[in-house]
Amino acid sequence: MILLCAWTLRAWAGSIDERVAPCWSCHGDKGQSYNLEVPSLGAQPSPYVLIQLYLFREKLRRLDVMNGAVKGFTDDDLRTFADTISRLPPPPPTAEATDPARMARGQALVRQYRCNVCHNPDLAGRESVPRIAGQREDFLVKTMREYKANIRPGYDASMGDVLQPIPDADILDLAYFSARQP
Amino acid sequence: MQRAGISVARLAASIGLVGLLVAAATARLQAQQAAEPPPPWKQGQAAGIADSNLAPIAPPPLPTAPDKLPLDKLKTKPGFKIEVYTAGVPNARTLRLGDKGTVFVSSRVQDKLYAIVTKDGKREVKVIASGLHRPNGIALHKGTLYIAELYQISKIEKIEDNLDNPPKPTVILGDLPKDEPHGWKYLTVGPDEKLYFQIGVPCNICMPPERHGKIYRVGLDGKGLEVYAYGIRQVVGMDWHPTLKQLYFSENSRDWLSEDVPEDKLNRVTQPGKDNFGYPYCHQGTFTDPEFGWGHSCSEFTKPIALLGPHSAALGLKFYTGNGLGNEYRNVMFLARHGSWNRSVKIGGDVVTIRLNGDGTFRSMEPFITGFIQNNNYVGRPVDVLPMKDGSLLVSDDYNGAVYRVSRTGASVAGK
Repeated sequence: MILLCAWTLRAWAGSIDERVAPCWSCHGDKGQSYNLEVPSLGAQPSPYVLIQLYLFREKLRRLDVMNGAVKGFTDDDLRTFADTISRLPPPPPTAEATDPARMARGQALVRQYRCNVCHNPDLAGRESVPRIAGQREDFLVKTMREYKANIRPGYDASMGDVLQPIPDADILDLAYFSARQP
Repeated sequence: MQRAGISVARLAASIGLVGLLVAAATARLQAQQAAEPPPPWKQGQAAGIADSNLAPIAPPPLPTAPDKLPLDKLKTKPGFKIEVYTAGVPNARTLRLGDKGTVFVSSRVQDKLYAIVTKDGKREVKVIASGLHRPNGIALHKGTLYIAELYQISKIEKIEDNLDNPPKPTVILGDLPKDEPHGWKYLTVGPDEKLYFQIGVPCNICMPPERHGKIYRVGLDGKGLEVYAYGIRQVVGMDWHPTLKQLYFSENSRDWLSEDVPEDKLNRVTQPGKDNFGYPYCHQGTFTDPEFGWGHSCSEFTKPIALLGPHSAALGLKFYTGNGLGNEYRNVMFLARHGSWNRSVKIGGDVVTIRLNGDGTFRSMEPFITGFIQNNNYVGRPVDVLPMKDGSLLVSDDYNGAVYRVSRTGASVAGK
């Protein structure tokens, strides 16, 4: 997996299509990831992607593969990549069977914890707030647990604060519901 | 806090059954909040606006290119000009001046501190510290740089002699609370040569834990920590009156109560160790909180000396003691209003001048730099102000990662 994702700066001088191609080997070229705990990038708002790429470059968000991938990127590189990634189509919701009772529980939790206010009622995100509709369920669970444990400090403090009081059972239901939104 | 105990006793004794019912309702509401707490910046939000999109505005991570800065949008008063001092200072927040002319700049969503050095007419931005956690608060005193991160205060001695290879900061005060909401700090050194900083409340509106909601002071060696002022939601700017030597500070008021109240405040400490500015009981010195204010009166608390606009996010402030801007600006306070997010029609996004009477009370406020809000959107957001030795005024902008400079246009008015 690491090898598959390993990046070479050889693509440095290529077109944006050539340079962004290695991203797709992990994240999927249609905006949908098929890899465990690797996020789908389709239709992520460009300002959000830019922030994450920046955090990876500055090592404010630590993940060896990603820190290495954007090492040496200029500010313009980050902007170009963010714009290109944001134009991928949104990932389709997971095709797995859906439990209506759990969906109802998840929907109630989205309102209870007010996810919908920043991520939008359809969870498609906006500006610096990511799209979580149709995101990989395992990635959502992992990310929420990291925010809760202060492993992922985030750009500002918002998500760490939001997750502190949310029990793990609710994290699972929130991820379940969100992953199944179109 | 002590007042909580007093208020419950007073409620029960003087209001009797009604008071108990109110207390019970409050307790129920608090229990409900404990069961399903909203994000801190959403606490206290009414149900009817749950679908509002008034979320905090994250600054872009990359500084704006020099030629894309909104200089043509920024307006100042006749007889003054505004120019770019330095572009490319990511998330530029607090500004401080070294004895040898170095301008120090802090950041809040980055992990770095910067020094702007002018050499042979060219300006250079140097990173002087990195790996810091929300290092918003910085202060300089006798050659030493003091740094307030979210949960500790540290220092680098002789910083201006070591700008190219500064040593790591030495921690002088650690173990401060690690709450992220309002956890970032403002830092200043008082006339008593002590460090002043705040521990903000970890919420929008709540009964703060014992250590929160206060201004503290501590010796330059990190010893002798004591409370300087009480009942404060979050301090976002501080400075000392040039002649009265009293501490003036800006305080941002609670959100989600309404579009127009409460306003942010300009406060002054006249009774060190005693002044209580009212949070969470009383807002803007004039009305009690709909949840926490019961059993209280605003007369119990120290009133603000001025109201600075609803949600306007009044931040950095400085008394101007130079003369390069003209005598009419001597001892006038400059104050940066970052601009609102919790309001449909944005307000603030400017630098204002505040004039005081001889006794330090408020006389007037007027705009000095405007234009950061265009068509209800931000083209920049001012954070802090810094008077320079040549009489000009620097202004930081964390949205664009830039520092601007304001000065008189002609020599004819400079000596006015």
